[in-house]
Amino acid sequence: MSSILKIILQRLGLGLITLFIVSIVIFVAVNLLPGDFAEAILGQGATPESVAQIRRDLGLDQPLVARYLDWLRGMLTLDLGTSFAQLNFAKAMGGAGSVTVAEQIAPRLSNTLFLAAVTACIAVPVAVFLGVLAALYRNTAFDKAANLFTLSSISSPEFFMAYVLILFLAVLNPVFPSLSNIYEGMAFSERLQKSMLPALTLTLVVTAHMMRMTRAAIINLLASPYIEMARLKGLSPMRVIVKHALPNALAPIINVIALNLAYLITGVVVVEVVFVYPGIGQLFVDSVKIRDIPVVQACCLIFAAAYILLNLTADILSIISNPRLRHPK
Amino acid sequence: MSDLLKIRDLRIEGRSDETWTPIINGVDLDLKRGEVLGLIGESGAGKSTIGLAAMGYTRDGVRISGGSVEFDGIDLVTASARVKRDLLGKRIAYVAQSAAASFNPAHKIIDQHTEAPVQHGVAKRSTSVEDGIELYRKLRLPNPDEIGFRYPHQVSGGQLQRAMTAMAMSCRPDLIIFDEPTTALDVTTQIEVLASIRNIVDEFDTAAIYITHDLAVVAQMADRIKVLLRGDEVEEAETREMLSHPKEDYTKSLWAVREFQRPEKPPAPADAVPVVSVRNVTAAYGSTDVLHNVSFDIHAGRTVAVVGESGSGKSTTARCITGLLPPRQGEILFDGEVLPADYRKRTKDQLRQAQMIYQMADTALNPRKTIGEIIGRPVRFYGGLRGAKRRERVHELLDQIELEPAQYYHRYPSELSGGQKQRVGIARALAADPKFIICDEVTSALDQLVAEGILRLLADLQDKLGLSYMFITHDLATVKSIADEVVVMKDGRVVEHGPKTDMFTPPHHPYTDLLLSSVPEMDPDWLTDLLAERGVDNLGDAAVDKM
Amino acid sequence: MSGLFEFNALSWLAIILVLLFGAAFVFRRVGQTVTGNAPKFRDMPYGAAFGYVLAAALLIFAVWYYLQPTVTDVGVPNAGVMFFRWAIHGFLIAAIAAFLFRLLGRSIGTAGSKKLFRTMPLTASFGILVILIYAFVAIFAGAIAPHGQAEVFGTANIMAGGDPALGGDPAFPLGTDQIGRDILSRLIYGAQNTVGIAFITTCLAFVIGGSLGFLAATIQGWLDELLSRGVDVLMAIPSLIFALLLMTIASVWAARLGVPLTVFMVLIIALIDSTRVFRLARAVGLNIVVMDYIEAAKLRGEGLGYLVFKEILPNAMAPLLAEFGLRFCFVFLTISSLSFLGVGIQPPLADWGTMVRDLAPFINFAAFAPTAAITPLLAAGAIALLTVAVNFVVDWMLHKSSGLKE
Repeated sequence: MSSILKIILQRLGLGLITLFIVSIVIFVAVNLLPGDFAEAILGQGATPESVAQIRRDLGLDQPLVARYLDWLRGMLTLDLGTSFAQLNFAKAMGGAGSVTVAEQIAPRLSNTLFLAAVTACIAVPVAVFLGVLAALYRNTAFDKAANLFTLSSISSPEFFMAYVLILFLAVLNPVFPSLSNIYEGMAFSERLQKSMLPALTLTLVVTAHMMRMTRAAIINLLASPYIEMARLKGLSPMRVIVKHALPNALAPIINVIALNLAYLITGVVVVEVVFVYPGIGQLFVDSVKIRDIPVVQACCLIFAAAYILLNLTADILSIISNPRLRHPK
Repeated sequence: MSDLLKIRDLRIEGRSDETWTPIINGVDLDLKRGEVLGLIGESGAGKSTIGLAAMGYTRDGVRISGGSVEFDGIDLVTASARVKRDLLGKRIAYVAQSAAASFNPAHKIIDQHTEAPVQHGVAKRSTSVEDGIELYRKLRLPNPDEIGFRYPHQVSGGQLQRAMTAMAMSCRPDLIIFDEPTTALDVTTQIEVLASIRNIVDEFDTAAIYITHDLAVVAQMADRIKVLLRGDEVEEAETREMLSHPKEDYTKSLWAVREFQRPEKPPAPADAVPVVSVRNVTAAYGSTDVLHNVSFDIHAGRTVAVVGESGSGKSTTARCITGLLPPRQGEILFDGEVLPADYRKRTKDQLRQAQMIYQMADTALNPRKTIGEIIGRPVRFYGGLRGAKRRERVHELLDQIELEPAQYYHRYPSELSGGQKQRVGIARALAADPKFIICDEVTSALDQLVAEGILRLLADLQDKLGLSYMFITHDLATVKSIADEVVVMKDGRVVEHGPKTDMFTPPHHPYTDLLLSSVPEMDPDWLTDLLAERGVDNLGDAAVDKM
Repeated sequence: MSGLFEFNALSWLAIILVLLFGAAFVFRRVGQTVTGNAPKFRDMPYGAAFGYVLAAALLIFAVWYYLQPTVTDVGVPNAGVMFFRWAIHGFLIAAIAAFLFRLLGRSIGTAGSKKLFRTMPLTASFGILVILIYAFVAIFAGAIAPHGQAEVFGTANIMAGGDPALGGDPAFPLGTDQIGRDILSRLIYGAQNTVGIAFITTCLAFVIGGSLGFLAATIQGWLDELLSRGVDVLMAIPSLIFALLLMTIASVWAARLGVPLTVFMVLIIALIDSTRVFRLARAVGLNIVVMDYIEAAKLRGEGLGYLVFKEILPNAMAPLLAEFGLRFCFVFLTISSLSFLGVGIQPPLADWGTMVRDLAPFINFAAFAPTAAITPLLAAGAIALLTVAVNFVVDWMLHKSSGLKE
C-alpha cells in the first residue's frame, strides 16, 4: 500500500508543479503586451497623469517578479484582482466601489459547473452503455451506424450541433428555450429546462468521444486471453462481462470519462456563447474581446487548473484501480 | 472403451481482407477416454485452431465451415450456446499457453479456480477451495496452502502454469486441451510443469489433447501423435511407432533435424591471438551489475556458443562486445588490440570487423527498404561500391545465402518468409566483410526445419570465409549441432567454459548438469527416467533454488 | 400546459417502449418457430431481438415522416418534413456519389490505386471525393463564385431560393446576408480562406512539431527531457483557451504593428498544435528507434541525418499522415471556433465560422422560410462536412494499417 501512496503523492506533486509553471506561462504571456495595461485600459487618448494613476492603482510600477508573486498570492487567496472594465465603469460612475474579478467570476463559475454537471449526468451513463454495447456487438449494423454517427458528431464544430438542436428543439418544436438566461434564485426545474439545450449540445459531442473511447477500451479488453479463458470455462456471457471484463475495464473507462470532462472545458466556451449562457466561458470570450486582462488571466488559470485537476484525477484513479499496484508482490 | 471425442472432416476458415480462406482442410480426430493425443506441427499448421474447435469454440475472425466435432455424442458444431456452456469448464477444460495472460489480474487465483465448479454447480465454494489446495499440493506448488490466495502477478510463470492446470482439473473434466503450456518457460522450469501435468493426467485418467511444436516434449506426454502441416493431417501413429518409424517424408525430415551435427574443430593453438577476447568484463544497467567479471576468448574460424536461461547475461555480453553498453570494468580485445568501450568511439573499420545477426528478423530489417537496399547499404558504406558494382556484389551475397538474386533484389522484407528474412540478415552482416559475427538467438524464432537450414548455411559460410561466431542461444540442441566451444552463463557469471565434447561429457558444474538434463530428448522414457534419477524432490524450481 | 405536454410525451414514450419490449419477444419466438429453431434465432439474446425491433420501428417512423406533406393544411410550409427530406436526399446522393466514385477509382488509374479502391469502404471513398471537391473549390474559388466575397449589394436580406414570389432573386440562389453580400459566393470563398488558412497552419505545426519530435526521439538525453517537459506544460492549458488568451495579446500587437491579425492567428495555432504533433512524432520515433535495424545502422557507424531521414522517417509516414488529417481537423475547428467567437479570421475575408455567427438569427424564420433558415447551417455544415470527410479517410487509413500488422 505504501508504494501506491508514494506514486499518488508523486503525481499530486507533479500536478502542482505543472499548475505552478502554467501560472507563470499565463502571466508571462500577458506581459508580452506592448506598453502596459494602463495604456490598454485607457486607450490612446489618455493623459500621462491618469495613466500614472492607474499604474499605481494596479501596482504596475513594481518589477515583473514582484508583480507575479503578488498576483500568485492573490490567486491563492482568491483575490483575483480588479476587472479593468469594471474599474473604468466605476470611474465613469464617479469612482464608486469597484467590483473585483472574484465577485464577477464566482456566480459565472457556478453556472458553468451546473452546466457541466448536467451534461455529465446525461452523457456518462449513455456513452458508457452505448460504448460497451458497440464493443459487444462490434462489426454489426448497430456498431457501424454508431461509428458513422459518432465520427460525424466528433468532427462537427460545437456550434453546428448547437444550431441544429435550436432549429429542431427550439424553433420548429418549441420544447426548450434557445436562450439560456439564467439568474440567481431561479427554481431548479426552470433552471434545468433553460440549460437543457446547451447541455444537450455538449452531451452530443462528449458522448461521441466517450463512446468511441469506451468501445476501443472494451474491445481491447475482450481480446485478452483471460476473457477467452473465462468463456472457455463455460461462464454465462453476463458473468464474463460483469466478473471478468468490468473490473479491468474500470481503469480505462474512468480515464475516458475524466479526459472527456476535461474536454468539456473547451466545448463550454463556444456553447455558452451560442446560447448566451451566463457562464465563465461567455465571460472569458467577452473579456478577450474588450481585452480585460485581469479577467482573462483569471479565467485562463481556472480553466487550466480544472483541466489539470481532471487529468490528475484520471491518472490517480487508474493507478488505484490497477490490481498490480494495489497488491504489490 | 468408446470414443470420447470424434472429429470428422473438420473444416475451418479464417477471414482476411473480407474474404474467407481455409485454415483447416478436413481433419479427422479420435480420442478415447483417458488417452493423451499429441498434436504437432510448425507455426501455422492449425494446431491451436483444432484444439479450440475441439471445444466447439472459434476465435474472432475464424469459423467452422464444415464437419462435426462430437464430444460424448453431442455435436459441438451445431449445439446451442447453452449446451456448449454447460460442457465447457465442466467436462472439457483448457490450459492456455501464457498462464500470466490467461489469469484475470483482478481476482485471486483461488477465486478463479473455484469459479467453474461453483458456476456449474459441481461443488460448493468451500469444498472447491479445499480441493484446489489439494491439487496445488499434488502439482507440487510451493506453499500450497496459501499460494492460491495471491494475485496472479504475485506468482512466477512456471507456478502459474501449474495453477492453471489445477484450475482445469477443478471439475475433474473428461478432456483437457493443453495448448503449448510450456513453450514460454525456461527448460529447467518446463521439466517441473511437464512432470506435474503428466502425473495429474495419469492420476485422474483424464483424456487430453497436447498441442506443441516440440517433438521431444510431445514424446514424453502423448500416447499417440498426430502430425499436421498447413491445416492437413500428415500422419498419425502410436508415439513409439511414430518416433522409430515415421512414414511420411515430412515427418522424417522433422525427426532428422535434430541429427545435424557439425564435427568439432580442434582447439586453436595455445599461442594464437584470439579474434575477440572478453577480459574481466563487469557491466551494469543503472546501478545494478548484470555481468560479473566475464572472460572468454573466441578464436579464428571457431564458434563459441554462449548458453544460459533468460536473464543470465548472454545478450548483455553481446552488447558489451558491440559497444552499445560500455562495461563498467574490464575490456574487449579485437585481434589483440583493445577496442574503445563505446561504439561511437570506434573506427569505421573496427565497426566493420564485428557484425551482428538478430533474433527477430522482422525487426532487424527496415520494412520500407528493398532487400537490395538493405544489403547494398553496408556494401556502399564500407566498401564504397556504387552503381553496377554494388549491384553485382549484392547479387553475389544473395547467391551466398541461397536466394535467387533476380527474384529477391527488389522485394520488401514483408514479402519474405521468416527463414528468408533471417538469410537476408546474414547477407547484410556478410556485406561488411567481417571477421567476427555475433548470432543472437538467430534460430529461436524459426521452425525447426528452417532453423536447421540457417545453421547449415552459417556452418558453410564459416568454412568458406573463415568467420568466427559468437552464438547466443538457450537451446542446447543448437549448441550440439554448431558449437566448438561452450560458455555456460548464469546470473551474469560464467559458470563453465570449455570445448563442446567436454561440456557434453560429465562431470559438469551442477548448473550445467541441470541445464543439460532438463532438455527433453526424443526418447519417450526420458522424463520417467529423469524423474527417477533426480528423485521427486529435486526437480526444476527446487533444484535451481538449491544452488 | 407545458407540463401536460410533457406528461403526454412521456406516457406515449412509455407505451411505445412497452410495446417494443413485447414485440421483441414475439419476434424472437416467431423466428424460432418459423425457421425451425435455426441457430440464429435459437441463440439470439433478448437484447439483440430488441435491437432489431427498435431498428424496424425507427425505419417505419422515418418512412412515415418522409411521406408527410411538406405544406400543412393552413398553407404554411411544414419545415420539419422539408428538412428531413433534404437530409434523406443529401444522404442518398452522398452514398450514390461515393459508390460511383469508388467504381470510377476501381476502373481507372494505376494497378496500385485500383487495388486501394477495391477494398475501400464507402465512407472512405465519400471522404476522398469530398476532399477533392473542397480542394477544387478552394483553388478555383475566384472562377466559380458568381460575385466577389466582399461585394455589397444594395438590397439586403434577399430570400434564399431565388423565387421572386417569396422575395428572392435568381441572381442570388442562396440569398444575401444582412448587409447584402451574396451568401453562395461567400460560401465558395470561405473554402479558400478557411480551408487554406487551416492547411497552412497545419503544415507549419507539422514542420515545427515533427522535426523537434524526431530529433528528441533520436538524440534523447537532455534535449528530449527539456522539450518534453515544455510540451507537457503547454498541453496542460486547454488549446482553445490558450489560443484565446494569446489572441487577446496578439490583437494589441496586430493593431500596433499593422500586421493582419490572421497572421498572428496562424502562428499561435501552429505553435499550440505543434505540441501535439511533437508528442506523436516523438512517440512514433521512439517506437522505431528501439528496432534492431536502427541498432544495426548505429553499429554500422551511420550519421544522424541518415538515421532520421533514411531509417526512421520512411517508417513513420503512415501514422504521421493519419495525424496530419486529424490535426488538420482540429486546427480547422479551432480556427472556425475562433472566427465564430469573433476573434479569428477577420473581415472582409469570407469565412465559414464568421458566417455562422452573422447568419445565426435567420434560424428563427424556420417555420415560415425554411430555405433562409438553413443558410447558417450551410456554413456550419460546410465545416462539418470537410472534417467528417477527413475523419472518414483517416479512420480507414488507421484501420488498414492496424489490419496489416496482424
